[in-house]
Amino acid sequence: MFLITCPYCGARDEHEFGYGHEAHIVRPTPAEYEQMSDAEWAQYLFMRKNPKGVHFERWVHTKGCRRWFNVARHTVTHEILAVYEMGKPAPQIDTEKK
Amino acid sequence: MTAQKNRLGQGGRIDRTKPLRFTFDGKIYYGYQGDTLASALLANGVTLVGRSFKYHRPRGILSAGAEEPNALIQLGLGDRTEPNLRATQIELYDGLVAESQNRWPSLTTDFGAANSVIQKFIPSGFYYKTFMWPAKAWMFYEKFIRQAAGLGKGPTEQDPDRYDKLYASCDLLIIGAGPSGLATALAAGRTGARVILVDEQQELGGSLLSERTAEIDGKAAADWVAAAVAELTAMPDVTLLSRTVAWAYYDHNSVSLMERVTDHLGPVAGANQPRQRLWRVRAKEVILATGAIERPLVYSDNDRPGCMLASAARTYANRYGSMRGQRAVIMTNNDGAYRTALDLTDAGVTVFAVVDLRSNPQGELVKAARAKGIEIIAGHAITGVKGKLAVTGVDVMPLTADGKGVTSASRHIHCDLVLSSGGWQPTVHLHSQTRAKVVWSDDIQAFVPGDKLPGQNNRSIGGAHGVFRLADCLAEGHAAGSEGAAKLGFGGQSGQAPTVSDEPAEEALLPVWIVPSDKPVGQGGKHFVDYQNDVTAADVMLAHREGYRSVEHLKRYTTMGMATDQGKTSNVNALAIMAGLRNVEIPSVGTTTFRPPYTPVTLGTFSGIDKGDFLDPIRKTAMHQWHEQHGAVFECVGQWHRPYYYPKPGESMHDAVNREVKAARTGVTIVDATTLGKIDIQGPDAAWFLNMVYTNAWTKLEPGRCRYGLMLGEDGMVFDDGVTSRISENHFHMTTTTGGAPRVMSWLEEWHQCEWPDKKVYFTSVTEQWSVMALNGPLSRKLLEELTTDIPLDDDSFPFMSFKDGHLAGVPVRIFRISFTGELAFEVNCKPSHALHIWRALMQAGEKYDITPYGTEAMHVLRAEKGFIIVGQETDGTITPYDLGMGWIMAKSKTDFLGRRSLTREDTKRPDRKHLVGLLTDNPNEVLLEGGQIVAHVKDKPPMDMIGHVTSSYYSPNCNRSIALALVKNGRNRMGETVYLPYEGKVIPARITEPKFFDLEGKRING
Amino acid sequence: MKQRYSIFSLVRNALNYHADWQEAWRSPDPKPAYDVIIIGGGGHGLATAYYLAKEHGITNVAILEKGWIGGGNTGRNTTIVRSNYLWDESAHLYEHALKLWEGLSQDLNYNVMFSQRGIMNLAHTVHDMQALRRRVYAIQLNGIDSEILTPAQIKELVPMLDCSPNARYPIMGASFQRRGGTARHDAVAWGYARGADERGVDIIQNCEVTGFKIVNGTVQGVETTRGFIGAKKVGVVVAGHSGVIAGMAGFRLPLESHPLQALVSEPIKPILDTVVMSPQVHVYVSQSDKGELVLGAGIDAFNSYAQAGSPPIVENQLNALCDLFPAFSRLRMMRQWGGIVDTCPDASPIIGKTPVQNLFINCGWGTGGFKATPGSGNVFAHTIARGEPHPLAVPFALERFTTGYLIDEHGAAGVAH
Repeated sequence: MFLITCPYCGARDEHEFGYGHEAHIVRPTPAEYEQMSDAEWAQYLFMRKNPKGVHFERWVHTKGCRRWFNVARHTVTHEILAVYEMGKPAPQIDTEKK
Repeated sequence: MTAQKNRLGQGGRIDRTKPLRFTFDGKIYYGYQGDTLASALLANGVTLVGRSFKYHRPRGILSAGAEEPNALIQLGLGDRTEPNLRATQIELYDGLVAESQNRWPSLTTDFGAANSVIQKFIPSGFYYKTFMWPAKAWMFYEKFIRQAAGLGKGPTEQDPDRYDKLYASCDLLIIGAGPSGLATALAAGRTGARVILVDEQQELGGSLLSERTAEIDGKAAADWVAAAVAELTAMPDVTLLSRTVAWAYYDHNSVSLMERVTDHLGPVAGANQPRQRLWRVRAKEVILATGAIERPLVYSDNDRPGCMLASAARTYANRYGSMRGQRAVIMTNNDGAYRTALDLTDAGVTVFAVVDLRSNPQGELVKAARAKGIEIIAGHAITGVKGKLAVTGVDVMPLTADGKGVTSASRHIHCDLVLSSGGWQPTVHLHSQTRAKVVWSDDIQAFVPGDKLPGQNNRSIGGAHGVFRLADCLAEGHAAGSEGAAKLGFGGQSGQAPTVSDEPAEEALLPVWIVPSDKPVGQGGKHFVDYQNDVTAADVMLAHREGYRSVEHLKRYTTMGMATDQGKTSNVNALAIMAGLRNVEIPSVGTTTFRPPYTPVTLGTFSGIDKGDFLDPIRKTAMHQWHEQHGAVFECVGQWHRPYYYPKPGESMHDAVNREVKAARTGVTIVDATTLGKIDIQGPDAAWFLNMVYTNAWTKLEPGRCRYGLMLGEDGMVFDDGVTSRISENHFHMTTTTGGAPRVMSWLEEWHQCEWPDKKVYFTSVTEQWSVMALNGPLSRKLLEELTTDIPLDDDSFPFMSFKDGHLAGVPVRIFRISFTGELAFEVNCKPSHALHIWRALMQAGEKYDITPYGTEAMHVLRAEKGFIIVGQETDGTITPYDLGMGWIMAKSKTDFLGRRSLTREDTKRPDRKHLVGLLTDNPNEVLLEGGQIVAHVKDKPPMDMIGHVTSSYYSPNCNRSIALALVKNGRNRMGETVYLPYEGKVIPARITEPKFFDLEGKRING
Repeated sequence: MKQRYSIFSLVRNALNYHADWQEAWRSPDPKPAYDVIIIGGGGHGLATAYYLAKEHGITNVAILEKGWIGGGNTGRNTTIVRSNYLWDESAHLYEHALKLWEGLSQDLNYNVMFSQRGIMNLAHTVHDMQALRRRVYAIQLNGIDSEILTPAQIKELVPMLDCSPNARYPIMGASFQRRGGTARHDAVAWGYARGADERGVDIIQNCEVTGFKIVNGTVQGVETTRGFIGAKKVGVVVAGHSGVIAGMAGFRLPLESHPLQALVSEPIKPILDTVVMSPQVHVYVSQSDKGELVLGAGIDAFNSYAQAGSPPIVENQLNALCDLFPAFSRLRMMRQWGGIVDTCPDASPIIGKTPVQNLFINCGWGTGGFKATPGSGNVFAHTIARGEPHPLAVPFALERFTTGYLIDEHGAAGVAH
């Protein structure tokens, strides 16, 4: 069971949180998506990095402050390498780290 | 009458003043307080306790702990019976009832032992090679195989006991209260750190409880344990948990424990307390002081009742005094077993000989044994064990120079106890459960913990990482405690490390993975590796021969390590034998990854008290009691219990629903609509936000007015719907479907915080803050007028799709003029504390109009008559607004809303997708089944091409016929076409119509 | 020629202490090049190679497995086999598999212990019953067996179920597929391996693919921990690791890898004769021939390659189990584990071509891959051999995520199985 440090509430058990999948996926603007092919739109809608290694992902403190935030977590060890607020850029982490 | 023939007159940790009566296979025995079932059986001279899984071989007690593969017991009776418990871990209580398992008709005469006769035809994996003819016959064979398998019997009645569950956190969680763990706890506890110390046994002390001669800090080991426990008990921030097994080590230092709270008291005494308790502990650091498990040697017929681990015999002798008068032979490849020889001799056991596989053992313990007159037969092996239901003797033969065979001269020794020691395997289970590696140690010929996993914080000490000398264990424990506490900022003194007087030095062990006998392995006696699952050295060889050579193939093919003990005594032996066959180093065969649990965990502990009504909350509205009192039948909708219909005496569901539905179009009716999701939305960007999440336009909605909206996922599929009202310029009240309320709330928050965080808008779930009752029917206005003085109800002042604040029956309300029936309707919203008052006032005032309460079924009929959709019924996550014929709700003026782009994809813009249509059966009394599949052409038999399905279907008393909604391929272009519904052995024709059946002009909305 | 397995060969070998059994499969060194390389030695990959050899005469084939065959999800699932899927496309694909299951032991001469003990899906609410009818009628019209059971019929088949109306999740009915059941998961991998090996396929274990050689958009071979191996065609069947392999070939997939947890109880005498699933309360349970209750739950929400999930999922599953089967509360969990499942947005697999020429992919089976093993291998072998998708595989192409023609089986996969 993960111990996740909510940037607003502190460290809490995983069962207080909801998972929000890959972070930093930016929704295209209407001007952009009007120009996109169906295949390009599918990239935004469905295609994911799904790395074996460091994953930048979103979590929400559902049973707490209900705030969303980003987490860098290793998908093999489950080590949490960074927690940072929504809107902040992804921190520099050696994403090849095994 | 309480004679226990093998019980020593004194000594051990049992209380001879408290005799306990118990039965085993119906026979009465006596033991003492402090006994385990195993020690009590041994004290009574009972050696045959079980039958093995496959061959039904007679088996005795092998070990004294959690690793026991043989002595599995059916404990207790009736609804409290429990299968497969290890006799070595069952604490004796008065009146205990134990039965042996997997035998019929009795333990001594077991017909299943016929398998033993045909054993040469059923080696590992035999079932993969046969039972294939005739084809499909497997189901026949399987029935017999299932009956033969399965060990004990599960209870068949409801579990009468209670369980408990709690969460805890601490600085140091110390697992194992042997010498290492106790030393850690003392050192850490003295600094003031919050410590939890757990041990699976009834007493703290671990291996020290089985010591006869060791001294710590000048005290006998047992006295040192007592002093340590006393000191720890006095520390306010130290929690001591005996009878508690740490069974799982999960991510981020989360460890699960199971505490046996009252099992040791028996079924009755503990009735007022939970039986067992699940602990979920989060520790800053975990100290793994779990000790080590002795490995049996793999020798011919090593499973005869009376074959035991050397250390187990020592425990039974020293701790329980239950081995008196037995006659033992010990086989070993290391010095440790000589402790057993020495202690057993002191405890009244005759040790005829120690058969040492090493050619010239000269360690201090060996010398001490020799000095005591114990014969040491070096360079020899036990090549056979005699006796079927109990050991009667062993054959001993000299080993050849290379140790791989024996030479001819055999010597027979009569004995009733054969003890073996093949060295010790550290208990690395919890370390391994973290997914950290284990590494092979040549020094101790065993796996030891490797580096810890990143993100975990733990440390293995003492026996758990292959350090076996008592002085070293104590020193490591002390260091772990003081360093662990210091790292966490506890600066207090941790005191002196415990010291031990001289410990004899030990010589290296000699790895011998198969003890040779006079016949090739597999052709004489059986060399058992995994006792419970009857896997022999020959089976490992067969697996090798057939190519099942990696450790996982070996396990799965032979079932080695898959029994209830999960291979605690067998894994390393099997790996080593396979390594020998492959001629590689042991670690290159692979290491098994240990999975939770360390020992089996009761399923009931997972729920604790969260069962029955506490399993999942039941949500009830403020009017629930009224519904109950008025005969409502309830329907589960998510967690809510909603009135389904209100039958009057003698009414069927059909009658009741028809009455309710008719009343809504002729008089006045009332429905509890509290369960609708409600979200309060405020902020200067609230209207902008609604424009993004709904498909239609919201900017121009005037305060005081309401609008229906449809929400799409980003994939363009309908996600939720509801009416949202503008309270003021920057304030909206959104309603959602009952089931969708939490999902919509999360959806709004997610988009706001993650995509548009600069927008000023705030969301609050107010589902529970408003109770809602909807009045429907032409007389609804008349009724309301009687109960309000400050809300004008005429069409001009209070038009459709608007709301008013005011008072009803003397309390504040907000009334929305919206309708889910197409009738004149008002939805009264109020504080839940006022809801029952208003409901009763309406019922009372409405009596003269024959006001009719209605439930969800009538609600569904009424909306279906009008063709209003229900998200989740007419939609299933694959339906677009256009599919529903709701193109009118797609704002053409907006450049953006969620899901917009997806609607123009190749497949989503197809004109011939499934469309929502109406279906009218030829027979007006035939009500289609919801879920019925539709075909255009009926064939004699399936397969038939399906073109859609019925989403909603009812009898409509207002239309005097059945009506249905359906999704049909290209349905809007098939109006008037006859389609067919083949199901339940009949074919029902129906005609495709518009999805609307009543009040087609929509005139009734104004009453 | 391989030894035939039969009761007679068992007896004959017993007389010689089983010393003459052959290897079930060889362990050859890789050749410099093959006609087809299959990456992934799980059930699907082994079945693909088997059918390539058996039905398409392509025997110059290697299976590259980074660990040991059958060691991924093949050996970690709860062994359920069924074809009761809602949408036509899925129903046809899984029924194709089920029909192959029905003759598989004889075809492979390896007893995979396919036990058609029936699969029961419980309904707890009025809405569940509507969804259940929709599904059952669709399955029936697709020519597949399925029926609706009343609570009384359910109680008769599964006496241990609490069918009282006061249960927290009362049982209103169930769908039942009698031809569904369970199979011995490891045997499926080993049986296919033995069959493929017999037909000349090289099974190469402990050989991890580290990259692709792609020239002008066409695959030429793979880089491995045992060196470069050339190939005219490559099929990727690596379940949870599909995203990693696709990354090596330079494209992305609509997949996320998640832990899927399962557990078994200690073995007990027979107490449950069918498979019982409750999608609404997230539990499914059967009893193995050894006597263990085999239990599975939903997937953990987070991405992971750890083969380990979190306790809350298992806790919810066991709570629901003990509510449905109140007597099971005293039984004990003996072992729990996790697999890595590759989940698609529509809970349906991806089978077919990739952006790289001659590189084919078969993935995205999520929680439901085991039951499909023979069918998946069969249609994938066809797809690789012909260079064009098998008719049953056409709807499952990667392109569906562009067009939006998804096959939404969340109802079917709402609970993992």
